Amino acid sequence: MSEVLFFIAGIGAVCGAVGVVMVRNPFYAVLALVFHLLSLAALFLLLQAQFVAAAQVVVYAGAVMVLYVFVVAYVGAAEPPRLRAPVGRGQRAAALAFALALFVELAIAVLGSSLKALDSGGPTVGAEFGSPAQIGELLLTKFLLPFEVASFLLLIAAVGAVVLARRRGGIGEEVEPVAAAQYALPPGVGTMREAVGGPTAREPEPLELPGGEGGW
Amino acid sequence: MNVNWYLIVSSLVFAIGAAGVLTRRNPLVILLCLELMLNAANIALIAFARMWGNAEGQIFAVIVMVVAACEVCIGLGLVVAIYRRRLPIDVDEIRELHG
Amino acid sequence: MQTSAWLILIFPLAGTLINAFGWRVLPGKACGWIGTAAIGAAFIAAVATFIALQDRAEDQKQVVFVAWDYANTVGVDGKISILIDPLSIFMALVVTGVSTLIHLYAVAYLWKDRGYARFFAYLNYFVFSMLLLVLAANFLLLIIGWAFVGAASYLLISFWYRRTTATTAGIKAFVINVVGDVGLVIGTFFIFRHSHTLDFLGTFDSASRDFAGHQGALTAGLIFLLVGAFAKSAQVPLHTWLPDAMEGPTPVSALIHAATMVTAGVYLIARMHPLFELSPAAETVGAVIGCVTLLIAGTIALAVTDLKRVIAYSTMSQIGYMVMGVSAGAYVAGLFHLMTHAFFKALLFMAAGSVISAMGGEQSMDRMSGFRRAMPFTFVAFIVGGLALAAVPPFSGFFSKDEILTDIGARGGLWWILVVGGYIGAILTAIYTWRMIFRTFWGDPCPEARDLEEGHLYHPEAPFNPSNGEIEDNDVGFPGPEHMIAERSGEMKIAMSVLAVLAIIGGLLQIPFVTDALGHFLDPTFADSNLDLSPSDGLVVVGLILGAGLSLLGIWIAYVVWVKRPGTSTAVRERLHPLYKLFVNKWYFDELINAIVVRPFAWAGRFGQQTFERVVVNGVFVGGTTGIVKAGSAAARALQNGFLRAYAALLVLGLVGVALYFLLQSS
Repeated sequence: MSEVLFFIAGIGAVCGAVGVVMVRNPFYAVLALVFHLLSLAALFLLLQAQFVAAAQVVVYAGAVMVLYVFVVAYVGAAEPPRLRAPVGRGQRAAALAFALALFVELAIAVLGSSLKALDSGGPTVGAEFGSPAQIGELLLTKFLLPFEVASFLLLIAAVGAVVLARRRGGIGEEVEPVAAAQYALPPGVGTMREAVGGPTAREPEPLELPGGEGGW
Repeated sequence: MNVNWYLIVSSLVFAIGAAGVLTRRNPLVILLCLELMLNAANIALIAFARMWGNAEGQIFAVIVMVVAACEVCIGLGLVVAIYRRRLPIDVDEIRELHG
Repeated sequence: MQTSAWLILIFPLAGTLINAFGWRVLPGKACGWIGTAAIGAAFIAAVATFIALQDRAEDQKQVVFVAWDYANTVGVDGKISILIDPLSIFMALVVTGVSTLIHLYAVAYLWKDRGYARFFAYLNYFVFSMLLLVLAANFLLLIIGWAFVGAASYLLISFWYRRTTATTAGIKAFVINVVGDVGLVIGTFFIFRHSHTLDFLGTFDSASRDFAGHQGALTAGLIFLLVGAFAKSAQVPLHTWLPDAMEGPTPVSALIHAATMVTAGVYLIARMHPLFELSPAAETVGAVIGCVTLLIAGTIALAVTDLKRVIAYSTMSQIGYMVMGVSAGAYVAGLFHLMTHAFFKALLFMAAGSVISAMGGEQSMDRMSGFRRAMPFTFVAFIVGGLALAAVPPFSGFFSKDEILTDIGARGGLWWILVVGGYIGAILTAIYTWRMIFRTFWGDPCPEARDLEEGHLYHPEAPFNPSNGEIEDNDVGFPGPEHMIAERSGEMKIAMSVLAVLAIIGGLLQIPFVTDALGHFLDPTFADSNLDLSPSDGLVVVGLILGAGLSLLGIWIAYVVWVKRPGTSTAVRERLHPLYKLFVNKWYFDELINAIVVRPFAWAGRFGQQTFERVVVNGVFVGGTTGIVKAGSAAARALQNGFLRAYAALLVLGLVGVALYFLLQSS
């Protein structure tokens, strides 16, 4: 029974993957990836990783893919014209060759390995293996630091995404021509001359002391 | 079920993802293929976790998912920024960083 | 004795340094007087050393003073040390004595030349180097002195450095001298290999043991030393620099190219006599070359017309006699002739300088005649020098040349050929010497002589180069505006008079059957000589009569050809035209050396510059290296094309490679 389920899930995963790569429209590619993720969730369940499977569906297929859909909708699904890319010659053939070589090597590694454990289904494990309780316990005891760091990483990513994609100057101004000269300091600023008190391009404002004339 | 088979699936998906990264020109699709590769790694991790009877592999897979999410976030932010500046969404056109 | 011995070297060195560094603050002729005083003091020190040496016992007359152990390691013993023995003191006395007189002459002769101080600095440096050479106690110092003397010769020949003829001559002299230097060093090495010591006395003492089975090495080493001697003493075939060296001022010609530097080769052979006696082949080479040189030089002197060059070829010829003498074993005779020759040749050069001054710088005898009444003092000097050179008794030259020829005859056998050559050379000497004197002083006075008779010295409108007639000026690098003649200069008269007296009475030292002063004096040095050349009484008498007869015959022939029947010389020239051409072109040695040595080297230089440098070095090495680097960096640059997919492809490729490695490793 588990073999049948495995083959269905496995073939689904592979089909989804092939679909992501081959489909022209990015929106359909996203959908193919969602299908792939759901197949993976099935595979995880077969491997007694219930929590991970659930996380996969909810977080990955649910949140991350939705984000993808948003961006694809915003950017537009127009495929750029199929002009001969400057580096296209032989790129496809080379890419397929490399990927094929990679797969062959990994397959040889896996199948040719003399690791006995690979041939078996693994030791019998109890029901709490892969359960949320066990995962939770591990996350909060042994892997507390990675857990915290991961949340930190999420925070940085969120801030980074906002910074990258923000508008400058309010709504209505789409184009931001960025001139390098904008970032150059005026001449004489930040130089050694300025530091030692020599003449610079920037005149310091005369200090306005309260109290008017009359010195001290 | 033999752990072998899961590893074969993993390597197959990884290879397909690699081919996709090298072949497609739309950065969005390239990011999707990167997701494929990350998921392939996840399958391998979970399979080994089952093989040893050790749940730490599953923790690793969860962390990988977190990282994947962050990376998607930033990558999509970049694509939006490129789109905002009216540049073509094509990795072959965006090649300012060259020697 | 040690103090006075070192003072001989220190005084000229001090003179050089004072003149070289203090010339700006020294007024007028002070540089000249300082130079002269330095050499005079060296002469006094030499006399003091001589006296001290004579006080010693006979077998203690070879003393070595060491100043500093320069390099005493791994079998090489290099010391700064001087050897005081009769031979070196004799040479030091001759060098310092004649040099003092020539310095005195030059004080007046070069007055108003812009390079006055520089001249005396160089001249003192030369005397210092020559003394270093003759006082050296080991090969190291000998080679150093040898090289310094060559350098001083170059500096002095090119003294008037804005004259291209002078600088070319200086370079020619220096290059040929360097060839000799190389020979000297290689010869030293050959000898050192077997004697294992650089010290002279050490080498000589063990010479017969060290070279017992290595005759070939000894002969080779000695022939290399002879190459050095020939280059320095202007023997065939390394003689071509000496006539050109007459481009230097007359005091330079007198000092270096008559009395001292060119005698260094003779000194070398005399010093190395224990080694030469072990190698008859080397002795023969030296003697034959000496004989050949004296004949060739004699014939050339018959044909050339430049006054100084006649005297130069005469020098070459007389040194041929000396080389022949010391190579054949007649050491005392050869050195005696060295001394007398220094006297009368310096005198002749000084007198020639006076005549050239009277001519306003012109040196060609074709334009000179009839100076008898105009320059009486110079005339007498020329007569005295000419008689001594032509070996007329009782002048010094007669006794010295005679002694060489009879001593060589005493060796018997094939050496008689050299003796015959020597006598032929004697008659040639007389002829060309008196040709020079008759042409210059007899006949109708030339315009310059007439001017001088009326009391005013001739000056050309524009100063010119006597060799090629180019117009010059009187600024530094060219001769000064004044031309000094002996009649008007006290210093020149004193110097020439002393030399004239010495030329007359110098022979008294070695009159056969009567005195043997020089022989006794030099005995300790040559006591270890295996050759005891004592010609029979009959041979000596025959030699004396034959020598006297030949010189008088030569003078008479010259008189007839150039005075009594004036057209004779032209007629002879027409009759023997090919022979005349050979002599006037100096036996084509310059052309031969040009073809054999100069052209190939010049070709090699051009080839190196135009082809090798351009194609191999620039093209292959430099261009090739840069090409490889350029290609490499171009390839590396191509990797960074900015295409994301290309980078990703390289990443995957790398991943494939790593995986492959691990696969292979574990299988």
